[in-house]
Amino acid sequence: MSSKPSSPALDRRTFLKGLGTSAVAVASVQVGAMADEITKAAGPGGAGLQGPGPVPVTLTINGEKKNFQLEPRVTLLDALRNYGPLTGTKEVCDRATCGACSVLIDGKPAYSCMKLAIDSQGREITTIEGLAKNGQMTPVQQAFIDCDALMCGFCTPGLVMATTALLAENPKPTESEIKRACSGNLCRCGTYPHVIKAALKASGQSVTNNTTVIQYGVA
Amino acid sequence: MAWPNPTQVMGKPSTRVDGPAKVTGAAKYTYDVQPEGWLYGMVLRSKWPAAKVTRIDLSKALAMPGVKAAVLAGGEQRTVAFYGQELAGVAATTKQACEDALRAIVVEATPLPFVVKEDDAMKPDSPPVFDGPNVSLPSLMENGQVDAAMASAPVTVEAELRTQVQVHHPLETHGSTVSIQGDQVKAWSSTQGVFSVRGDLANYLQVPQTNVEVICDYMGGGFGAKFGARDHDKLAAKLSQAAGAPVKVMLTRLEQGLAVGNRPSSIQKIKFAAGNDGRLIAADVTNHGSPGISGAGKSAGGGGGSGIATPYLYNFPNVRVQQFGITMNTGPSSAFRAPGHPPASFGTESMMDELAVKLNMDPVEFRLLNDPFDVRQREYKVGSEKFGWAAKYKKPGSSPGPVKTGVGVAGGGWGGFGKGSEAEAQINPDGTVEVRCGTQDLGTGSRTVVAIVAAEAFGLRPDQIKVRIGDTNLPFSGGSGGSTTTGSVSPAVWDACQNALAALQQQTGVADARGANWPDACKKLGINPLTARGKWQEGFAGSGAGGVDFAEVEVDTETGFVRVKKIVAVHDCGLIVNPLTTTSQINGGVLMGMSYALYEERVMDRGTGMLLNTGFDSYKLTNIADCPDIEVVLIDMPERGVIGIGEPATIPASAAIANAVANAIGARVHSLPITPAKILAALGKVPNMTSA
Repeated sequence: MSSKPSSPALDRRTFLKGLGTSAVAVASVQVGAMADEITKAAGPGGAGLQGPGPVPVTLTINGEKKNFQLEPRVTLLDALRNYGPLTGTKEVCDRATCGACSVLIDGKPAYSCMKLAIDSQGREITTIEGLAKNGQMTPVQQAFIDCDALMCGFCTPGLVMATTALLAENPKPTESEIKRACSGNLCRCGTYPHVIKAALKASGQSVTNNTTVIQYGVA
Repeated sequence: MAWPNPTQVMGKPSTRVDGPAKVTGAAKYTYDVQPEGWLYGMVLRSKWPAAKVTRIDLSKALAMPGVKAAVLAGGEQRTVAFYGQELAGVAATTKQACEDALRAIVVEATPLPFVVKEDDAMKPDSPPVFDGPNVSLPSLMENGQVDAAMASAPVTVEAELRTQVQVHHPLETHGSTVSIQGDQVKAWSSTQGVFSVRGDLANYLQVPQTNVEVICDYMGGGFGAKFGARDHDKLAAKLSQAAGAPVKVMLTRLEQGLAVGNRPSSIQKIKFAAGNDGRLIAADVTNHGSPGISGAGKSAGGGGGSGIATPYLYNFPNVRVQQFGITMNTGPSSAFRAPGHPPASFGTESMMDELAVKLNMDPVEFRLLNDPFDVRQREYKVGSEKFGWAAKYKKPGSSPGPVKTGVGVAGGGWGGFGKGSEAEAQINPDGTVEVRCGTQDLGTGSRTVVAIVAAEAFGLRPDQIKVRIGDTNLPFSGGSGGSTTTGSVSPAVWDACQNALAALQQQTGVADARGANWPDACKKLGINPLTARGKWQEGFAGSGAGGVDFAEVEVDTETGFVRVKKIVAVHDCGLIVNPLTTTSQINGGVLMGMSYALYEERVMDRGTGMLLNTGFDSYKLTNIADCPDIEVVLIDMPERGVIGIGEPATIPASAAIANAVANAIGARVHSLPITPAKILAALGKVPNMTSA
C-alpha cells in the first residue's frame, strides 16, 4: 500500500540545514546559498533535480492510480481539483486556515492545500468522491443529510472528511470530542450545531431536538 | 388566494433535495465549472491605497509561458482609491503561470495621501478621497421636540457605541467563468442574482441580453455582496474575448477581504430618555459610518451604505437622527445580511439595557412595555419562559467569583416580503415532474422550498420533484436578497403547479390526479409532457418578521475571555415552509451574530493603508469549538403566508450577547467586537487600547 515515494534527493530538512539559520544574510547571499544547495542536492549532472517544469507524478486517489504531469510546486489540492479533476474537494483559503480542502491521506485527515502533489505520491488519498461505494452513502454522509448539517455546502466535503476520520478513530465521540475534531473546519453559514448532531447520529448516539414550533396565540 | 389549510408537506421537516449532491462532492459550484479549454484568470490589484497610475506594462507577462491573455481593468493612466483596486487581469493555462504573470506586470504610480481610519477621515484636514470633504452632509430625521423632552426627562442615558467593518467571507469566493464565442456569452457566476449578472454583462459587452446566459447551479454562500457583474467578472469576460477561451476568475481569500464588499462601520452617539414609568420619551442619535469608497451618505443601509435603522424597533415620541457617511480609501461596502440592522440593534438595545438598569427594571419587562410589535411581544414571553429568564436574570455584575455569568436579550425586525417570480412546471407521462424557476439557492434551501411547494400541489414527496434553478434561460426570478426569495418564489411555483394540475386533470379526465392517482393520471398523457407557467400571486406571501434572542454567557474577568453558553432564539416567518432548514438558518444567523459580537473586525493599517487581517488566521470567525447550545423556537403563523427568515435570523444575536456580557461584568464594552482586551479595559484592569 504505502510504497515509499520515489525518494527525492532534496528534502526540506537537508535543504534548510544546508542553508543555515543565519537571519542576517543578505538576499543575494541567500539566493546563492540556495542555488548551491539545490545543485548539491541534485547530485552529479542534476539527476535528482525536479522541475521547475512539469514532471511525472503518480497519485493514488480513491484506490485508483493516476498519472499526471505537474510542476513540483503544484499542491495536492490543485492537482485534485484542476488535473483530477475531482472538484468535490473545495478551495476556500488555500492557506491551511479553513479545512474545506480536507482529504484523508493514509486514513488521516489532512489539508490538501498544504501538501505538494509530488510529496503525496505513494500515499492512499481519499477524497469526498471516494466515500460512497456503488452509490451507497456512508453513515456520515447520510447523517449530514438527515440532520441538515449543510447549508451552502461548500464546507461540507471538508467536514464530512473530518467527521469520517474522527469516527474511524473514535466510534462513539462525545460532543466535545466532535467539536475538537471539527475545529479545523470553518463554516460561514453556521451549520455547526447540526454537524455535531450528524456526528452523534452517524455514531449511533441519540440526538436531541432543539427546535420547538409554537402556534401563535396558543400558550 | 391562499395556501391550503392544513398543508401536507409544507410545514413538515424535509431534508434538502440537493443534500446527496452536496455530501458526495457531486454538486458543481461555480468554482468547480471546467468547460473545455478553460483558462485560469487572475486579477492584478493596486498595492497603493491611493495613487496616480502612470504606466501598466503587460508585455512581459504576455510573453511568459502558458499566458494566453493580459488585459487592463480600466485605462492605463488612472487614479486608484483603495488598496486592492483592480488594475489588470491575466489568463493562463495554470494557476502558477497566472501567479508568475501577475508578478511580471510592471506598474508605475505616484502614491497619493490616503486615509483608512474613520477617526482620521473625520478630521477636517484629512486627505480628500475624492473631490470634496470625506464626511458627507447629514441625512436628518426629526419628530417632536427632542431638546425640550430631553431637558425635562426624569431618566436619560448617553454613550458612544461603535461597530466594526465586517467582511462577508462566503466560503466560495466571488467569481465567474465566462465563455465568449462570437457574440454569444455564457457565464457561470457565483451570484445571488443570475439576471442581474446577465444585465451587467450584456451592457458591458454591448450584446443583446438574449445572447447572454448566466448560470449559478450551486453557490457557496452569498450574504448580500454577490449581485451583478463586478470588475473581476468583467475582467473574466474581457480575458475570454482576448484569449478566445473560457476564463475562470475566482477571487482569493485575500481579494475577498479587499474589494468585494463589507458591512460599513458605525459610530453611534446615542442619547435616550424615559419616564419614571419606563415609557420612552426621546431619542437623539448621531451616526457616522464608513462604506469605504462607496458613495458615502448617498445610500441607506439597504444598498450597503452607511445608514442604519436607528433608533431600532421602538417608538420615541420625540426623535432626532442625523447620519453621516465617511469616505475612506478602503474597499467598497455592499449589502450584508440585514443591512443597517445589526449595528442599529447593538446601539439601541445596549442603551435600552442601560435605561432598564437606571430605571431598576427587568430588561424583558422594559421591552414589553415599549415594543410596539405584537409578534415580538409574544416572542419575549415565550422566550423568557424557555430560557428561564426570571431565575437567571440578576443585577449587573452580581455574579460571584472571577468567572461571571450574565444574561441578555435583544430584538430584531425585518420585512421579508417577496414578489415578482415566475415558474414553470412540466409533468411527464412517466409521472416525473420538473419545476423550473430562475432563482438561485445561496444555501438557504431555496431549491428544497421549490420542491416542497410542488410536492404540496401534486400530493408527492419533495424528492420526487426535479428542480431546475439558477439559469437565465429559466422563467424569471429576481435576486436573492432582502430575505425575499421564499416569498417571491413559492407563490409562483404554487401557481405553475396548480395550472399544470388543472391541465392534467382536464386532459386526462381524472378528477383528482394528486397523490395515489398521480402515476395513472400522468400515464394518460400518452407521449407528450404537459407544461404550464405560473407567476407570483397575492395572498401567499407576508411581511414583517420579528425575532428575539436570549443569551447566557460566562466571562472570565481575569482573562477577558467570553464563552457563550446558551442562546434561545425565538423567531417567526409566517407559514414555515421547512422547519428543518429554517432551524439551520436561525442557527447560522445566531452564529454569525455571535461572530460579529465577539470576533470579526476588518483591520486596516494606518501607516500603509493595507488590510492587516488577510485570511481566517487573523480574521476570526465563530468556530465549532465556540458553538453554544442553541434552542430555536419558531412561532407558526400560517395565516400570514410565507415570510423570509435569512436576515432576521442574524439581527438580535450580537446585541443579546453584548447585553449578557455587560450583565455579567457590570460594565459595558461600547464597541464591537467585544474582545478580551476591551473587557479587561472595561473592568479597569488594563488601559483602553486605541487602534493602530
